[in-house]
Amino acid sequence: MTNNGESAIEFRNVAYCLPGSSEILHDLNLTIRPGETLVLLGRSGSGKTTSLKLINNLISPTDGEVMVEGRSTRRWDVIRLRRRIGYVIQDIGLFPHFTVERNITLIPKLENWPRDRIRARLQELLALVGLDPQLAGRYPRELSGGQRQRVGVARALAADPPILLMDEPFGALDPITRADLQTEFAALQKRLRKTVVFVTHDVREALVLSDRIALMESGQVLTLSTPQEFLHSTDPLISAYIRSVNTDLGDGSTRGQP
Amino acid sequence: MSLWHFVAQNRAEILQLTLEHLWLVGISMLFAIGIGIPLGILITRWPALDKPILGSANIIQTIPSLALFGFLLPAPWFGERADRMAILALTLYSLLPLIRNTYVGIRGVDSAVVEAARGMGMTDRQMLLEVQLPLSLGVIIAGVRVATVISVGLATIAAAIGAGGLGELIFRGLAMVSDAVILAGAIPAALLALLADFGLGLLEKRLQRF
Repeated sequence: MTNNGESAIEFRNVAYCLPGSSEILHDLNLTIRPGETLVLLGRSGSGKTTSLKLINNLISPTDGEVMVEGRSTRRWDVIRLRRRIGYVIQDIGLFPHFTVERNITLIPKLENWPRDRIRARLQELLALVGLDPQLAGRYPRELSGGQRQRVGVARALAADPPILLMDEPFGALDPITRADLQTEFAALQKRLRKTVVFVTHDVREALVLSDRIALMESGQVLTLSTPQEFLHSTDPLISAYIRSVNTDLGDGSTRGQP
Repeated sequence: MSLWHFVAQNRAEILQLTLEHLWLVGISMLFAIGIGIPLGILITRWPALDKPILGSANIIQTIPSLALFGFLLPAPWFGERADRMAILALTLYSLLPLIRNTYVGIRGVDSAVVEAARGMGMTDRQMLLEVQLPLSLGVIIAGVRVATVISVGLATIAAAIGAGGLGELIFRGLAMVSDAVILAGAIPAALLALLADFGLGLLEKRLQRF
């Protein structure tokens, strides 16, 4: 298959089943364009995270193909594939025994970058994600939740991968820190223009960050829309999502994570 | 004859037996670490092997030590010399805590860290050396500690097959019905066990920071 320049990632009739259980994804078709931020929005169990893990081949499709840069994930060397894809998860998964610096520069080191380039890249990344350079020598346990997730984002961006996968990266943060990081990430993405696939169940987050929103339900993409289209949609499920946001505001309270 | 009197008169021999004892335990621990940790790593990679390997190590532990020394008598090469037999037996006994702690330690590494490492494109080897082993080292050392303390005690029984060590004094004291002679072997053995426990305990604590 050749890359026609229209798709960075493409799901072709993808199904995924866990052995001995029902289908998690069913005949999923989705094209993600280079440089766009596509949000996979849906409730728990709708298959968002599963879809994400199919892209960096942490799991393989039971049926169908996931194409990354025009090549099926089955045909990629799995290590090469993952090094081209930054990965940020809600639990962050920083290496607790490494300093911030070593966490961020791990992949450039494994890729044998020259030392000067690694050092320069570290400073660049710390500035990019808004971290004080003095934190470079700290251990993850000495950081706040927001700082840790900034390190997580910096680590994912370290080797300048064209694709970034983010699985509810800001979900565990307090609302104010979360809003800060969302705004900063939106600004960052405007400059970097990575292909970003972002999983969330937070409608507001989806509206702030996305170029397009793929609404998922029961292992399928139900609708694909821009934030504008999403807001004005008459689709009953989308309306329900919009209502949930309005209800939150109407109550004067912010609902916690389900 | 008092204990102090006996110790004063036999300093050289007690020192010699203590060194023998340390040698039996030290060599067998090196073998056990060299075999047990790789086996523990192996069963985290091939989970199908975990039951047979852990099960075998478990069964070895249930064999009474005197009987195990007896079983090894007809073994080729090992049966020829008492110290070889003793080292083999002590190695076998030490395997279970080492295999189990390595396995439990690696499996116990935070799954988010492992997922992030895999997602970033670390190879299995890089993951093992950079992430899983450093983060489970405290648990693995705890296994070394348990195995060492058990070995120091068990090694006294090796004297029954003529392998030397502080057990010699204990068995001699039993034959002579002399508490002083028994204690001259038992006290240094107990001190060795306490020392190993304390030293490895410190190391374990240092490594379990994370």
